[in-house]
Amino acid sequence: MEIFSNILIYFVIVPILTMAGLALCQNRGIAAIRAVAVTGASALMILAAYLVYYFLQARGAGDNSEMLLRTDVTWYAPFNIRLALGVDGVSVVMILLSAFIVFAGVFASWKMNPLPKQFFLWFYLLSTGVFGFFISIDLFTMFMFYEVALIPMYLLIGVWGSGSKNYSAMKLTLMLMGGSAFLMLGLIGIYFHSSADGNLTMNILEIARNNAIPHNWQMWLFPLTFIGFGVLGAMFPFHTWSPDGHASAPTAVSMLHAGVLMKLGGYGCFRVAIYLMPYAANELAWIFLLLTGVSIVYGAFSACVQTDLKYINAYSSVSHCGMVLFAILMFNTTAMTGAVLQMLSHGLMTALFFALIGMIYGRTHTRDIRDMGGMMHIMPYLGVGYVIAGLASLGLPGLSGFVAEMTIFIGSFQHADMFHRVLTIAATCSIVITAVYILRVVAKLLFGEVQDPHHAQLTDATWEERLSTATLIAAVAAIGCFPNFFVNIISDSFLPIVKALGQFIPVA
Amino acid sequence: MPLNFTIAVIALPLLMFLFLGLAGPKMSRKIAGVIGTLGMLVTTIIAYGVSLTYFFGDAEGQIADGVRQAVVVFNPDWLSFTKTLVVRMGIMLDPIAAMMLVVICTVSLMVHLYSLGYMCDHHGHAEKGFQRYYAFLALFTFSMLGLVVATNLFQIFIFFEMVGVSSYLLIGFYYSSPAAKHANKKAFIVTRLADLFFLVGIMILSYYTGTFDFDKLVFGPNGANSLETAGSAIASAGGQTFLGCSVMAWALTFIFIGGAGKSAMYPLHIWLPDAMEGPTPVSALIHAATMVVAGVFLVARLFPMYVIEQGAMDIICVTGAFTAFYAAAIACVQSDIKRALAFSTISQIAFMMTSLAVSSAGGNLIEIHGGTGLGYMASMFHLFTHAMFKALLFLCAGAIIHAVHSNENSDMHGLHKYMPITSFAFLIGCLAIAGIPPFAGFWSKDEILVACYEKGLGWGLWMSAVAGMTAFYMFRIYFLIFHWKEHKIHTEHAPADQPWTMTLPLIILGVISIVAGFVPAHSLVTWDGAHLHTQLNWTVAGTSVAIACVGIGLAYRMYFRENNLPQRMADSCRGLWTAAYRRFYMDELYQFITHKVIFQSICKPIARFDRAVIDGFFNLLARASRSAAYGIRGFQSGDTQSYVFVYYIGAIALALATIICVAL
Repeated sequence: MEIFSNILIYFVIVPILTMAGLALCQNRGIAAIRAVAVTGASALMILAAYLVYYFLQARGAGDNSEMLLRTDVTWYAPFNIRLALGVDGVSVVMILLSAFIVFAGVFASWKMNPLPKQFFLWFYLLSTGVFGFFISIDLFTMFMFYEVALIPMYLLIGVWGSGSKNYSAMKLTLMLMGGSAFLMLGLIGIYFHSSADGNLTMNILEIARNNAIPHNWQMWLFPLTFIGFGVLGAMFPFHTWSPDGHASAPTAVSMLHAGVLMKLGGYGCFRVAIYLMPYAANELAWIFLLLTGVSIVYGAFSACVQTDLKYINAYSSVSHCGMVLFAILMFNTTAMTGAVLQMLSHGLMTALFFALIGMIYGRTHTRDIRDMGGMMHIMPYLGVGYVIAGLASLGLPGLSGFVAEMTIFIGSFQHADMFHRVLTIAATCSIVITAVYILRVVAKLLFGEVQDPHHAQLTDATWEERLSTATLIAAVAAIGCFPNFFVNIISDSFLPIVKALGQFIPVA
Repeated sequence: MPLNFTIAVIALPLLMFLFLGLAGPKMSRKIAGVIGTLGMLVTTIIAYGVSLTYFFGDAEGQIADGVRQAVVVFNPDWLSFTKTLVVRMGIMLDPIAAMMLVVICTVSLMVHLYSLGYMCDHHGHAEKGFQRYYAFLALFTFSMLGLVVATNLFQIFIFFEMVGVSSYLLIGFYYSSPAAKHANKKAFIVTRLADLFFLVGIMILSYYTGTFDFDKLVFGPNGANSLETAGSAIASAGGQTFLGCSVMAWALTFIFIGGAGKSAMYPLHIWLPDAMEGPTPVSALIHAATMVVAGVFLVARLFPMYVIEQGAMDIICVTGAFTAFYAAAIACVQSDIKRALAFSTISQIAFMMTSLAVSSAGGNLIEIHGGTGLGYMASMFHLFTHAMFKALLFLCAGAIIHAVHSNENSDMHGLHKYMPITSFAFLIGCLAIAGIPPFAGFWSKDEILVACYEKGLGWGLWMSAVAGMTAFYMFRIYFLIFHWKEHKIHTEHAPADQPWTMTLPLIILGVISIVAGFVPAHSLVTWDGAHLHTQLNWTVAGTSVAIACVGIGLAYRMYFRENNLPQRMADSCRGLWTAAYRRFYMDELYQFITHKVIFQSICKPIARFDRAVIDGFFNLLARASRSAAYGIRGFQSGDTQSYVFVYYIGAIALALATIICVAL
């Protein structure tokens, strides 16, 4: 089988093997379950690191093809359904991000109770979907993996969640499924116009090369796909699943969901919606720029008054993910590179936040900041971690948030059009509001006197919690300190997209 | 010493931070402090070596044609926005950068040493968090050094953020105290707001000029500030305007606002007095000597651009002059000695700002701008001297606070007898800031006043008056602390001079404050790198000394011996006194805007809107589909009779429809 000679397929095979391994474990054999889960996560990390290495080597050796590691096998010939794999710089870094989050997520759910085996099974099924999505360049397989990633969410929240978990699980799943419905319509539409000469195809690269979707169809299909993916990217006004969903989800699920799943939205928006329908993207961008611009400021303002730690982060995610879509719609390489950096940054940072919140919640059994205070005295390690996550979120240089936001702002401002520049300045205001809500929660939660005397007995992080957070902190700092390493991987991937758009954008 | 040793000056504090931050909790408190201080000592020695080489060793060719050039020793790419628009992390030495290295390292070393004594309880045991304290000090020193050696505007922005965070962490060092946790939040958010403007300014500037690098924005081919380069950078905007002003004026004004936030210019000054909640040595280092002059440094860095864009310069001038007076007025009535010193700092920084703004470049464009570049030199000179004597004053204040455990001057009084060395050092600081020859402040402030008189008589008189107020409020503080009357509790727990770690820095800084005025600043830190011919203007010097003496005399009359004159004066204009004491209600205004307007009227409604309207809509959708489902489920009842009934109705309806259609 030629497909197995492609390293990319192993990103799907490894989680599946891990699931098989987990299925063999005893229900109560927690040590075996942990061992299998950690092995799977480590294997994914190694694979991802190797992929980055391979990618750099190939690019260094002068391989400038749009996608590397391409394989194309027929799956179901009558409908032209194929398994087409391939990665460019963006997919590579997204895969790396996913591997990091899965790794940290396994350690963050070390003491998962009840039903650890089943939890990890669903967890790895979700991972399968995520990795599969990033390695696919075929609309059908992409959509399939997308759904594989979404469905386990329902059970993960519904079974292992907290609070009003049934409501949240249902709401999250239904809203995302609603998005999928839009998306499916869009994808089918794209398929039927994918070629002018009747050789219909689902392969993204071929559709882009054919460039055959009629303009009037693009005007319909673009909003469908963009909103379809945008729902997952927490675009205003389709973001309301996010606060409830995150609040109820167990730690590792919040991490994976905010860290990776929400990135599927942003990734899909440019890979499918913008790349394949550049005409409509250019015509309709202003609507979505307004919506995402609202997301940025609106999410930040909403986060200022929340009292539940997870709600604060959920709204903060609305703001930060809004920035991803906002930058993608600026249609220049710098801003789009910034968008990917922001996906990385937000993924790691939010995963870190949710991990820490989960650890604090596991000790105090409350997430209400009004009931907590002086945690820095009690759990200094978690406190310091929280401060670092907060500083990353509000854009401290040396951590990832800064480089991402700056690339977005500077890139967006390069736009010659006054409308875009004014919107960019409006979006910049979010850096102050972000500082307000982050510092508010840091001051309330960590500083001051201990509010509840019972909290004084609590313990600091255990070794697996330290490992989980330290991994994420190291990744956040690595992006913040050596951004050019990532920028060089990412930025060339946007050349085909910017070129496709270039036919419709008047040269300034 | 080779100039590329500057890399070590920057790298050492960073390594110290990482080392103390990671390994600190494992080592004993005292050892962490000693390691931090030794690290800083080495840094300072290297920094001195580098600066002296830069200023006085001309072997490396940094002086060409009598012009002191900027030397870039290190400049790798850090973040490429586009192929041409690249952020670099560089190290550049030019006169003001080299001077700042000396200032920062000197004060930082003194503070490191002083803190060994200060951050202990009265049994001499180091406080909890001692390692963290030294780690943060190192982080701050690194950030501040990185700021001054920046090779491009974006690097300055990056380090602006870094010093902001270090300041945040250090103000909140006593994080259990509610006052500290509010103060550091406020400091960060206010300076962040200013940084937002800075960022927008950078975005506009880089959009038109296509670069962040100073060698394309302000430095000419001879490696010194050049009006030609700045002129062509500004011309790259092609004269575009926005709301009636040129876009470059907007950009430069926004950049100034960024600097004004750090430098506590009105109305962004409100964070600085609160920042005094931090440990006193931190106030000396960050909020008196180094970080708060970052804004002045920023304007000085882009000086040629501001000279050409005079509109932005006028804004700086007015802001500076007003802030100088405003802060001096408040400093006259504060009872907390650290806050009084904080307002004094604001006022003195405003002096530097004004001085920069009244200065027009000299050299070949004298005819056009009619200035000599004196103000620039005076501003940098004052920055240097002020850092020394203000650090001295703060460290003295720290010694006093450590001895009497209070910030209020009502708990002090008559300490001269108990703490003679501190008293003497404080007196030197007061004389220096008041501008009495031959102390350091006299020389620099005199040149600022000369520059102001060159701009116009009005500016000169205004600033002279503020200089008089400076003398008055400083000696008011001095007399209230060390004289006024005997204090009752002193007999039991007599306060005394502090251990040598705290006293030695006072002595060193005291000596520097006496002699710093003789540094030949006019040949070292001029705007164009060339020697500036100045001579003492006896009229201005005589006037300013006379005004200072009047201020001191008044303070002596009112505060040397206990009397009821201050009380009577306060009563006679109670409204004004209260307003000044409450800092003209700026804090209340901010409180109103942030809390009532932004929090209550924007954030809360938005959050409610989100839950009620947007989320409500989706819930409504869900509820509607559920009711629809309930509504139609009756059709699936399983009741055969009703199925048949419906079937017949349908059949008849269809038949009728067919018949009607056919009939028509």
